[in-house]
Amino acid sequence: MSTTNPPLPEFDVDPRAFRTLADSQLGVELDTGDMILNLGPQHPATHGTLRLVVRLDGERVVAADPVIGYMHRGYEKLTEFRTYPQITTLINRIDWLSSFANEVPFVDAAEQLMGIEAPPRAQYIRTILTELSRVATFVLFLGEMGLQVGAITPAFYGFRDREHVLNLIEGATGGRFHPNFNRIGGLKDDLPWGWVNETRTVMKKMLDACDTFEDLVAGNEIFEARTRSVGIIPPEVGAAYGVSGSNLRASGVDWDLRRDGKPYLVYPELDFKVWTHPDGDSFARYWVRLQETRESCRMVLQMLDALPSGPVMAKVPRIIKVPEGEVWAETENPLGQMGYYVFSKGATGPFRVKIRSASFSNVSILPWLLRGMFVPDVVTILASLYFILGDIDR
Amino acid sequence: MGLVEKGTLSKPALKPLTWLLNYSRKYSLWMFQWGLACCAIEMGAALASPRYDLMRLGVIPFPASPRQADLICVSGTVTDKMAPAVRRLYDQMPDPKYVISMGSCANCGGPYWDSYSVTKGIDQILPVDVYVPGCPPRPEALMQGIVLLQERIQNEGLGNDELEKRWRGEPIVVD
Amino acid sequence: MTDVTGTDAVGEPEDAAVVVADAAPDPHALDERHGALLARFEDELGAAVLDTGSAFGMPVLRVQRTAWRQAAEIARHTLACDYLSFVAGVDWMPAPKEGGAEAGGDTSSPAQPSETTYGVAGSDGRFQVFAHVQSTTRRCGITLKVDVDEDALLVQSWVPVYPGADWHERETWEMYGFVFEGHPALRHLYLPSGFEGHPLRKDFPLLSRVVKPWPGLVDVEGMPGDAESVISAESAEESS
Repeated sequence: MSTTNPPLPEFDVDPRAFRTLADSQLGVELDTGDMILNLGPQHPATHGTLRLVVRLDGERVVAADPVIGYMHRGYEKLTEFRTYPQITTLINRIDWLSSFANEVPFVDAAEQLMGIEAPPRAQYIRTILTELSRVATFVLFLGEMGLQVGAITPAFYGFRDREHVLNLIEGATGGRFHPNFNRIGGLKDDLPWGWVNETRTVMKKMLDACDTFEDLVAGNEIFEARTRSVGIIPPEVGAAYGVSGSNLRASGVDWDLRRDGKPYLVYPELDFKVWTHPDGDSFARYWVRLQETRESCRMVLQMLDALPSGPVMAKVPRIIKVPEGEVWAETENPLGQMGYYVFSKGATGPFRVKIRSASFSNVSILPWLLRGMFVPDVVTILASLYFILGDIDR
Repeated sequence: MGLVEKGTLSKPALKPLTWLLNYSRKYSLWMFQWGLACCAIEMGAALASPRYDLMRLGVIPFPASPRQADLICVSGTVTDKMAPAVRRLYDQMPDPKYVISMGSCANCGGPYWDSYSVTKGIDQILPVDVYVPGCPPRPEALMQGIVLLQERIQNEGLGNDELEKRWRGEPIVVD
Repeated sequence: MTDVTGTDAVGEPEDAAVVVADAAPDPHALDERHGALLARFEDELGAAVLDTGSAFGMPVLRVQRTAWRQAAEIARHTLACDYLSFVAGVDWMPAPKEGGAEAGGDTSSPAQPSETTYGVAGSDGRFQVFAHVQSTTRRCGITLKVDVDEDALLVQSWVPVYPGADWHERETWEMYGFVFEGHPALRHLYLPSGFEGHPLRKDFPLLSRVVKPWPGLVDVEGMPGDAESVISAESAEESS
């Protein structure tokens, strides 16, 4: 048995200096290289195929670069090869959670170009379905942000409550999401019998669900500790990047296209409050969406009481030819400001459609926002910004 | 043991053992959900929603890594940019592995059949076992697809050496 | 319908052909806020304004190439348009028909007119970049357009003014090929790095439609009982 010690490995530094370094109580600059971490494109935390390349110094993010395009389907090129009714079936797959809301600005644009107006009943039903899809999207957000922060239970609550609203949308349109219900000039069908009463019941159930989420998630001190002061977006920076919707309202900017933009659907006749929060952090974004869900439920109840009778479809020609012109139609979608800039040359299909999607701009702020954040906060911020990959990549 | 690889299990006397092996395999599928697009929401509703609850069929989601999964469900549009990542993750799965192509985008390109950036069907890259059509398919349709796959798993190995082929699979390439 | 191409003056054209009832307002009339915004823009930019117009109540302003970034600075710093909606490109060339409609090319996509016309506020040539900015405080917005020289394909970048233009300009570059001067890093955003070509240009074909033209809107299968129908009485007798 050998009693000699094994030879010391080769070091660049004199090994006798190690004891001094280890004993030293002063901060020692150990030179470590930055690590590049690749989050995605397949990752449970990144809502789809978002790839986030972050350069880390320990646990802190030094630089972040989102790599998108893994869901790019070429919408703007595809619209140049399709007729207007074909496009309405295609575009509700842009933001695939609140699909009805994607069709609305496009049919609004086409109707403006053609100079026709959908009858009042159709406008009311469109608004009701838009607000229902807003409720469905936000209820899933309320549950799933809890999941991103680390709690699994809210996700099940979110999916379960969303099912109630999807039942309603399916009852009216035939599709759980991707309803393809809008037609240029109105809607495909009228509402089924009994739908109005069913919706009233479900909206009251959703208001209770919001209370549950407020207790379960927003009132949870771990959730508050994870989200307060995380990912603060100053209002000027947010607006310059194009951040819109609840994200911008959570930074204190009082701007909602339903109230402030060009009047569309029946929002001018409704009485609703626009919620803002001064903080601009992740908790504020959660809180604003929670309040907006409640507000949407109340709006639906208002509209159900005021629903006029009448036809649901205006007189439009069988083959839709939209006259020459260009129009910008924007709406307040659940994810933010969505708009279509439609150039038409009088054919059965558009000449060019520029699709302005909300999540594209919401995610473009990430390189600025993630500097100096810790890695777990990155996940919280991604969850609170609430983007949908189809909306980013179109 | 290598009962399957050596061909011992396909002997007629051991049919009950094959049956038992397939029975336990089909009810313990660990599903790696490659949730890409809208179909991912329906897949999520099928798995996480108490109404459709795929887990009662034995299909558990969220394996910790692809190396522990035996079923991959490609749900959503596959773009040319994403396709190499799908292939790489499929290669990382150990055999025997199964592929469900969910939704028309994964089946054949779907509504984006003429796009410049969409792969027209995941079967150009992976061997698909079950196609679930729909845009998006209802959660019940996905359940039907999984039940069909389970029937297929149950009937493997009764006859030719397909169980061994499935078990051996292709060589795993990681680069 | 009213002719909406390139009106020089902002406001209601006197000779608008009104098809609907006389009391219907002109859809292109600018309301007070938007009219004031457009007027102030014209004051600030002065000679750099090439044309103005209105697209259904939204003011449109076309500026000279050299004044593109100046227009952004005026919008953001002087006129309180703090919100950048988007920056995008447009190609006014009519799409060449692949193989020709008579040659059995793609008959399912809508046929666009083959003459080149330009939109509101006109255009100098084939390519344009257009952007939309809004004011969250004053509840108005404006669309700005600039022509892009077909040979040079250079546009001034808005990134120093609106940092959000970074991604929009990257997308416009990869879709059209315009180079934005002053942009920190023009690299691919949506497309894989090896992608060749600029997809949104009109001469970029969708190959799936060229390879296999789709009959599209026409029912090509006969109903049972037709002469061309596969399921006819004779084949039924043969098989039985």
